[in-house]
Amino acid sequence: MSQTLVLGAVAYAPKVVTIWEGFKELFVRNGLPFDFILYSNYERQVEAQFSGEVHVAWNSPLAWLRAERMAKARGVSDQVRAIAMRDTDCDLTSVIVVRAGAGINSLADLRGKRIGVGAIDSPQATLIPLQWLREQGIDPGTALTVVRHDVLGGKHGDHVGGERDAARALVAGEVDAAVMIDGNHLQFTQEGTLPAGRTTVLARTPAFDHCNFTTSPGAPADLMARFETLIRAMSFDDPQVRPLLELEGLREWKDGRTSGYAWLDRAVDASGFYDAQGNITAHDYRY
Amino acid sequence: MTTATETTISGPVLELGALGMDTGAHVLVAHALRQRDPALPLCVRGSHPELGVHLSGWCRKRGLAVQSGGGEHRIAPGPGEAQRWRGAQRAGASDPGVPGAVVAQPSARWGVAARGALVEQGAPEFHFPLSDKAALWADDAARLYATAVAAQWDPNEAIDWAAPFELPDEVEDAVVQVMTYLVENENAALLVPARFLGQMHPHFREVLQCLAITIADEARHVEVFTRRLRLKGRGPALSTAGAQASLKTLFDEPEFSVASFLLSVLGEGTFVNLLNFLNTYAPDPVTRQICRLASRDEARHVAFGMSHLAWQMEQDPDLQHRLNAAVERRYDELASTDGLNEEVFDALIVLAAGAFTPEAVATGYERVQRLKQEMADGRRARLAKLGFAPETAQALSERHTRNFM
Repeated sequence: MSQTLVLGAVAYAPKVVTIWEGFKELFVRNGLPFDFILYSNYERQVEAQFSGEVHVAWNSPLAWLRAERMAKARGVSDQVRAIAMRDTDCDLTSVIVVRAGAGINSLADLRGKRIGVGAIDSPQATLIPLQWLREQGIDPGTALTVVRHDVLGGKHGDHVGGERDAARALVAGEVDAAVMIDGNHLQFTQEGTLPAGRTTVLARTPAFDHCNFTTSPGAPADLMARFETLIRAMSFDDPQVRPLLELEGLREWKDGRTSGYAWLDRAVDASGFYDAQGNITAHDYRY
Repeated sequence: MTTATETTISGPVLELGALGMDTGAHVLVAHALRQRDPALPLCVRGSHPELGVHLSGWCRKRGLAVQSGGGEHRIAPGPGEAQRWRGAQRAGASDPGVPGAVVAQPSARWGVAARGALVEQGAPEFHFPLSDKAALWADDAARLYATAVAAQWDPNEAIDWAAPFELPDEVEDAVVQVMTYLVENENAALLVPARFLGQMHPHFREVLQCLAITIADEARHVEVFTRRLRLKGRGPALSTAGAQASLKTLFDEPEFSVASFLLSVLGEGTFVNLLNFLNTYAPDPVTRQICRLASRDEARHVAFGMSHLAWQMEQDPDLQHRLNAAVERRYDELASTDGLNEEVFDALIVLAAGAFTPEAVATGYERVQRLKQEMADGRRARLAKLGFAPETAQALSERHTRNFM
């Protein structure tokens, strides 16, 4: 291992370069030799964690689950940990939205209907809501027609485009229900994608968690300890740091926790997205 | 619908009625959060079916947690948006009469914020090369700007372009030559302040406004002089290398105060004499009208230059030497040029003569000689008013460019 801590991140938008160049400068200024590698998708990033390319990765919840499965299969679970996450990664919910007055007033009314979801690999707009419906007795495979909106495969739903396309499809009458993260329902309404008053929230999933920093097997302990210390020292009150935190969408870094991934874990099993060893088993997944 | 906020033992309560976050309730929630003690929760009540969903996402973005239950939504204590304003800085004060309103060196991070605004920390640094009050300020700027705004005129309304007149060809040619010369000079008088304006920190609002309206004045002058020269179907006449060399020296001057001195105090001051001369002796009513109006504008530009220089010379006693040196430098640079071109000078004589006869030309010549004397007297008087000793004022006045501007 080199004496520079190397982080992996997925370039889901141009701002990712700004964010990590800013953090790099901050870490180096504070005595942590640091560099980052940008990947075009989470699958390659997680694989890089196990080939020794990166010491730590900023992972989507789905990428975390894959890393966790790969670690277990290799007997290195103790080295693959979720060490920190954003305050905004905790306790998210997704909602199932229908057109107001369309006669869909309960989950049972969804049977036989078309449901617009996000990308195939989106935890919040596809995997978790469909799993929740499954556990409510509505099997997406038989009781629903699932209409996917695949935008930027491999980005694990980080790009909001899939959810916005699903919302547009709802307004256009192409689907009977659409799925999106709770905050996006307000955003889409305020920006006019969903005309105010024309849609209503039919159901809301239980809370789940989103991204985390995942350590790689064999990551140098001293550099990782310094990294964790510096992350925790970042304050929204610091005018140098605040713009980076705002770009990344947080007020403060929290301890990593894995209790919020249970819904997604079951969704991965039920949909056959990954197998127990972390191999990709979803057959129409393109990234 | 009730939107009042009441405070109970466990913190304030906001009643939203049926109003949803998607139809404006966020304004009331944000206001209630600003008003609450950040150590207390805020209880939000309302009947909108999506209130809980929308509050979750909205609060999460602001670093606030929400718990919903029993028809209420409890926003946890926390600074919320107030956190953003920690360490924010007040950028002086809007009213220039308040002590400390206009600071000596405004922060580059105040950027384009209104003077007196509360500026969030972390704003980007703007590069304003001119951000030193001592080099820019004029106490009279606000009043001069207000006067200028009130004195704006519309060329279509203020000038009777259809006024009937016919001039001998030679006299019309002379008017066209003078108008060509005026456009050239007004182009310089527009661009020189514009170059400084683009570099100036907007903290000095009144100075910016003065320069901006000066530029608008000059744009109008370019218009009316152009319209006059084309009025009888002619196009622009001659532009000489010497006149352009003289004007170019104004563009080469990097210091705002020195450029103001050369352009406004000496140049535009001299132009006021010229425009008054044309208002009196021009052979047609249209030329007289436009020169009368332009002269009033130019007099304000001179007043701003004088006000700025007077203020600055008080702050910087060394400035007088730099101004002196600038005039000498410009004089040396222009020593090898002709100064005012012969065509313009002769055109002024013909124009003031009004006819192409020996008697009329003799009168025109005498009038132009008197004009030159008035110009020199005016420069000397303004220099004396700025505190130059009589002999220095005399010498500087004599070394002013023969191109007038």
